[in-house]
Amino acid sequence: MRTKIEVKDIKKSFVSDGGLLRVVEEASLTVGDGEFVAIVGPSGCGKSTLLSIIAGFIRPDQGSVMIDGSEKNKPNSKGILISQQGSVFPWLTVQENLMFGLNGRARLEKMELADYYAAIVGLKGFEKSYPHELSGGMLKRVELARALVVKPEILYMDEPFSALDALMNLRMRNELLRILSEERHTVLLITHDVEEAIHMADRIMVLSPRPTKIQSTFEVTIPQPRKLTSPEVQELRIAILRELGVDRSD
Amino acid sequence: MMKIKQVLPSVVVIVLLITVWWVAVTATGSVIFPTPWQVVTGTLELIKDGTLWEHIGASLLRVGTGFSLAVILALPLGLWMGWVRGAFNTLNPIFQMLRPISPIAWIPIAILWFGVGNASPIYLIFISSVFPMIVQTTAGVHTIERRYLRAAENFGVSRYTLFTRIVIPAVLPQIVVGMRIGLGVAWLVVVAAEMIALRSGLGYLIIDSRNAGNRYDLVVAGMIIIGLIGLLLDGVTRLLEGLKSVRWRYAHED
Repeated sequence: MRTKIEVKDIKKSFVSDGGLLRVVEEASLTVGDGEFVAIVGPSGCGKSTLLSIIAGFIRPDQGSVMIDGSEKNKPNSKGILISQQGSVFPWLTVQENLMFGLNGRARLEKMELADYYAAIVGLKGFEKSYPHELSGGMLKRVELARALVVKPEILYMDEPFSALDALMNLRMRNELLRILSEERHTVLLITHDVEEAIHMADRIMVLSPRPTKIQSTFEVTIPQPRKLTSPEVQELRIAILRELGVDRSD
Repeated sequence: MMKIKQVLPSVVVIVLLITVWWVAVTATGSVIFPTPWQVVTGTLELIKDGTLWEHIGASLLRVGTGFSLAVILALPLGLWMGWVRGAFNTLNPIFQMLRPISPIAWIPIAILWFGVGNASPIYLIFISSVFPMIVQTTAGVHTIERRYLRAAENFGVSRYTLFTRIVIPAVLPQIVVGMRIGLGVAWLVVVAAEMIALRSGLGYLIIDSRNAGNRYDLVVAGMIIIGLIGLLLDGVTRLLEGLKSVRWRYAHED
C-alpha cells in the first residue's frame, strides 16, 4: 500500500498560565492510501490537536506532515476535516452548503453534484431546507455530504458522531462504511469510543495521556461487515481498553 | 383569535389612558391643554389643508437620506474593522469616544457647517445612526464562530467567496439589528433637529404650533403621529428579521 499521510516526530506545546503545556510529544505515524486509521485516546490527551496539526490547521513546533510525499503547511480541499461540533453553515440551505466547496464549475453542474451527494447520504427532499430545520443526525449527513462532494482524498474525522445519540451514532457509522465501500477515501478518525474504532477502522492506534504519543497499534483483521457482539471484537476491545488503562474483568 | 387576545390588553390600557387624560383635562378646566377630541379635530384640520403630509414627507425624506448615507458608510467600514485587526485598533477608540456624544450636542456645529437647510438635520441623523451600525457590524464579524471560518478555509475558497458566502451572511443578522437601532435613533433625532430651524417636518410642526398661538392640540397631534410613524418604522425593520437569510440566527428563539 502506498503511503498517503506521513507524520514525523510532531511536537506541540501551548503556552498556558503556569508555563508551557506539552500537548503532543514526538508523534509519528503513517496512513496508507485508502486506509481507515482510528486513533483512540483518553479525553483531553491531545487527540484533537494532533488531528488539527495533520489537517494543517495548526503548525507543529517540530516535525513534519507529508501528504503524498510533499510537505503540507495549509489545509486544502484534498483533506476535509469533520468535527464533533459540526460546521454546516446555518445561513445556507443544504444544497448551498454542498455547493460551497465546489469552486470553478458551472452553477448547474454544482447543483447536480450537490443533489447527487445529498441523495447518497439520504437527504433527498431536504435540499432546500435550512440547517435549523434539520435534526442533529441530518446535520451530520449534510456535513459528510459537503465533504464528499469535493471528492477529498482524505477525510479527517474528529469525534464526528459523538454528539449523536447511540442509535444515530451506529446508523451514521453504517452509512459511512457503505459510502466508503463505494468511494475510496483515506480516513483518519479520532475517537474516544473504542467500539466505534473497531467497527470501522483497519488499524487502531492508542495514544498515551498528555503529552501524547502513539503508545501501541492494533491491526483489525476482522472482515466487514463486523458484528460488534462477536468474540473477536470483544477480545480486541478488552485489549485496547487495557492499553488505555481501563482494566475490565468482564 | 390569538391575535385579538394578544392585542386586547394594550388596547384596553390605551383606552384607559385616553379616558384618564380626558377626565383630567375636563376636571381641571384647562384652557390650554387639549382634550383627546380636540387633538382629533386638530389632526383632521392638518389633513384637510394638506400640511400634515408635507410635514411627514419632509421628516421621512430627511431620515431616509441621512440613514441611507449612514448605512452606505457603516456597513463596509464595520466589516473592514471587524475583519482587519489593525483597522479596529485604530478606529474603535475614536468611534467609542464620538458615540456617546448626543446628536443634540452636534446641532450648533451642524448649523455652522451646513446652515439651516435640509443638510443640517440630515447630517445629525447620519451622525446619530452611523455609530450604532458600525459597532453592531464590527461585533457581528468578531462573533463569527471559528468553526465556520475553519471550514471555509478547509475548502480553499477564494477571498471573494469567503466574504460573500460566509462573512456577510454570518454578520447579516447583526447588521439588521444595527439598522433597527440606527433607524430608531434617526427618527428620534430628526424631530429634535427640526425643532431648531427649517420650515417643515414634524418637529417644526410641534414648535411652530406652540409659538403660533399656543395650539397645543396640534402639539399633541404631532407627538402622537411621531410615535405612530416610529412604531411603523420599527415594524418595517422587524420584517427584515423575518427574511429567510437571517432567520437562522433567531430560529432557536421561537
